[in-house]
Amino acid sequence: MSLLEVSNLKVEFKTTDGIVSAVNNVNFSLEEGKILAIVGESGSGKSQTVFGMTGLLDHNGSATGSVKFEGEEILNLPNQKLNQIRAEKIAMIFQDPMTSLNPYVRVSNQMTEVLIHHQGLSKSDALKQSISMLDAVRIPDSSNRIRMYPHEFSGGMRQRVMIAMSLLCRPKLLVADEPTTALDVTVQAQIMQLLADLQKDFGMSIILISHDLGVVAGNSDEMLVMYSGEIMEIGKTESLYAKPTHPYTQGLMSAVPRLNDSEERLTTIPGNPPNMMKPSEGCPFSPRCNFANDTCSNVSPILSKVNKDDHYRACHVATEEIL
Amino acid sequence: MIVVNKNKIKDMAENLYESGAGRSLWKDARIRFIQNKAATISLFILLAIVSFSFIGPYFAVWNYEQIDWNAMGSAARVGMPSIESGHFFGTDDLGRDIYSRVIQGTQISLMVGVLGATVAVIVGTLYGATSGYLGGKTDQIMMRIVDILMSIPYMFVLILLLVVFGRSIGMLFIGIGLLSWLDMSRIVRGQTLNLKNKEFIEAAKVTGVSDFKIITRHIVPNLLGIVAVYATLLVPGIILAESFISFLGLGVQEPSTSWGALISEGAGTISYDTEWQLLFPLAFFVVSLFCFYFIGDGLRDALDPKER
Amino acid sequence: MSDHTILEVENLKVNFDVSSEGDMPWTKPKKLQAVNDISFTLNAGETLGIVGESGCGKSTLARAIVKMVPAESGEVLWLGNDLLSLSDSETRPYRKQIQMIFQDPLASLNPRMNIGEIIAEPLRTHYPKTSESDVQARVSDVMNKVGLLDNLLNRYPHEFSGGQCQRIGIARALILKPKLIICDEPVSALDVSIQAQVVNLLMDLQEEMELALIFIAHDLSVVKHISTKIMVLYLGNMVELANSDDIYQNPSHPYTQALISAVPIPDPNIEKNKELILIEGDLPSPVNPPSGCVFRTRCHKAQDICSQKKPEFIESSKSHSVACHFHD
Repeated sequence: MSLLEVSNLKVEFKTTDGIVSAVNNVNFSLEEGKILAIVGESGSGKSQTVFGMTGLLDHNGSATGSVKFEGEEILNLPNQKLNQIRAEKIAMIFQDPMTSLNPYVRVSNQMTEVLIHHQGLSKSDALKQSISMLDAVRIPDSSNRIRMYPHEFSGGMRQRVMIAMSLLCRPKLLVADEPTTALDVTVQAQIMQLLADLQKDFGMSIILISHDLGVVAGNSDEMLVMYSGEIMEIGKTESLYAKPTHPYTQGLMSAVPRLNDSEERLTTIPGNPPNMMKPSEGCPFSPRCNFANDTCSNVSPILSKVNKDDHYRACHVATEEIL
Repeated sequence: MIVVNKNKIKDMAENLYESGAGRSLWKDARIRFIQNKAATISLFILLAIVSFSFIGPYFAVWNYEQIDWNAMGSAARVGMPSIESGHFFGTDDLGRDIYSRVIQGTQISLMVGVLGATVAVIVGTLYGATSGYLGGKTDQIMMRIVDILMSIPYMFVLILLLVVFGRSIGMLFIGIGLLSWLDMSRIVRGQTLNLKNKEFIEAAKVTGVSDFKIITRHIVPNLLGIVAVYATLLVPGIILAESFISFLGLGVQEPSTSWGALISEGAGTISYDTEWQLLFPLAFFVVSLFCFYFIGDGLRDALDPKER
Repeated sequence: MSDHTILEVENLKVNFDVSSEGDMPWTKPKKLQAVNDISFTLNAGETLGIVGESGCGKSTLARAIVKMVPAESGEVLWLGNDLLSLSDSETRPYRKQIQMIFQDPLASLNPRMNIGEIIAEPLRTHYPKTSESDVQARVSDVMNKVGLLDNLLNRYPHEFSGGQCQRIGIARALILKPKLIICDEPVSALDVSIQAQVVNLLMDLQEEMELALIFIAHDLSVVKHISTKIMVLYLGNMVELANSDDIYQNPSHPYTQALISAVPIPDPNIEKNKELILIEGDLPSPVNPPSGCVFRTRCHKAQDICSQKKPEFIESSKSHSVACHFHD
């Protein structure tokens, strides 16, 4: 049984201009101890997918489908039950640690609160555990630093505090939504290394959401590529990078400038990111796709297997033509 | 290998847009404003009241200072609102026609409100924009002057001015005008500070656009939104101030009248069974103020850039 | 100075006054050294990439060159004329030749002007006598150059996507046919696929118009792709300057080495087997920079001399300069 099984997940938002479909028919599963990366650009729906899963959508959003965690359905559970799951089983860290941490409360209180509330520890025990968790995320002088306020930490440090807080209850799944996008590249390297080490020590699964193909390359086992709310391609990270079988994935890979490569020109994907207000019939990528034919703009492609390796893609055009 | 398709870009662009005028932010705001029912209805009501004050006199039988000797002194018995007597809104204790006096009051109150607000807006905007754009010590000094003026008890000074220099519409204007621009200047300065650091201002400076052109072409148009909102909210404020002054008996001179004066008179005779003397001017006063507030609110929502 | 050199920056210093919270109003404010003694030259048609992390002073450097922030000392020689010694009105004619594009594409456009007016503004400012039809022709011309259809003239900025807004900004920068465009993080706010479009556009324009670019970004991969030479900054100081390929293949400064090793490459095989050079610790306060070499507090090679003597920026090999006592 997989740790997490998502089937037919759909997320919609009611706006004054009509209903916007942010996520459309997403299916994937995640095993214990594995890292899944969700990759996409703006409007891809990658963040809304996990918000929908964990009940964090805005008030005008609704999620349908099925999300099974450890075999039990968690989609649209009442808030009380979700709160329990959120700290103890599924933890989340976000892009901007400043808005995730309460600026008026000391870090010590924010951390001990989690342990006292969810695990019934005493104040002193909770403090001891919090300090040792700060050590685990490599914050120096943790017993003194823990008494500081969030704004007294640097960006990278705050993100470490965020990670420490999320791991306090030893969750089985950590969802990281663009955790390093706002950080300098050297700090990013530190944080990603930290996450990799923690993953080995604590054995949790990770869903890593990112638009950065470099970060995803070194830090994931499996990868899901989204565009306009739908899955374009899903499979092992190594296969997707070596042989991207979907035109969008291929386009992304070619469009990214590489430090170790000296090409003259970057290959671009023509056109603009999708307009979520106007849902498309057929494949949402077809307006920008160089391989698109008539079927593509009229019929929505379904995820189909590429080879025996749990590698799927949603495309009408034959694989041989794309590779 | 992907081949870049230049024609695809052209096609896509053509499909997305037809030629023609763009959807400016004002148009967007207008659409949002119209969608706000309370604001649109208020706008119509206000326009109705304004047209009433222009057209109403053509239907009046009595003018605002004529005395109906029949009703004088016996307003409770004879001065009731009626179509036959020509006193559509009834008479006051002196036998004067309330219908015409309400029209007169509407004209005066609205004029004081709108003109006063206009002066406050112009002075406040120029002062605030200059202070904000120049920054530094000049800004500090200019704002400290505003702070000092704001700490003066408004009503007290106004009453003092009117008592010392005599009651007249002119004095009323000066008194109200002197102090109502202060809020506006603070708001405009804040907005200017906000705009000053925006990248499009930087872009204009790097291009070499002169300071004057930056203020007129880049800063002021982006201020108009917030100025319009606060201007609509200034009008009721000024009307209220004038009404309070008139209620105290220090406002417009007889036989001219304003809503405040009428309400004052009407309130005074309320125990004598002549409710219409209070109700009509009060109704116009309250409805107009509500309309201004709803419109101001509607404007604020319509012009809020985050609402995109 | 060779024939083709158009810009020469010498010993540029920019300081800011900062006062801390608890200070009395009469306490002298402390000095923040945002840009500390930076010098470089730029030739026609070249691209200088400036990289560094938060607080390195790259944006301040760009703004000091166009006199948006006052410089403490130093010279900015544009075609031999020191811009810093000129008054505002004397500088104005030079602004036709040096333009800028910004990080937030939408914020760099006046929301109340349509894009035709926005693009025409530089032309109308410097050549106010140009006839209306000539202005329109120039605007159409430059819009086509950046890939925008000219029937979009009457549209307003908020009707466009981020990538298109950036193209509008580029069109505005191009209309006066400048010799240099300073690009301050122009693609950081754009999606990957759009980033590639804008980068390619800039490179095409460069070739077509013999444009020089100063390209500031924190994404080393993008910078290396577009730049002829790269300057690495740390806490306001120049740390290394070399040709793009050279910087990648032979980084000499410990900070550059760490920076390059930290940049993720979209290739799982490379990433998973990479040996990461991690820098520990936090960025020191720019108000109180470390004595001697500013990088020494986080450098694995630091020795006593690093705290006593500030390393000079010297040429270690052809077209490759570095400031380190123990460079490779």
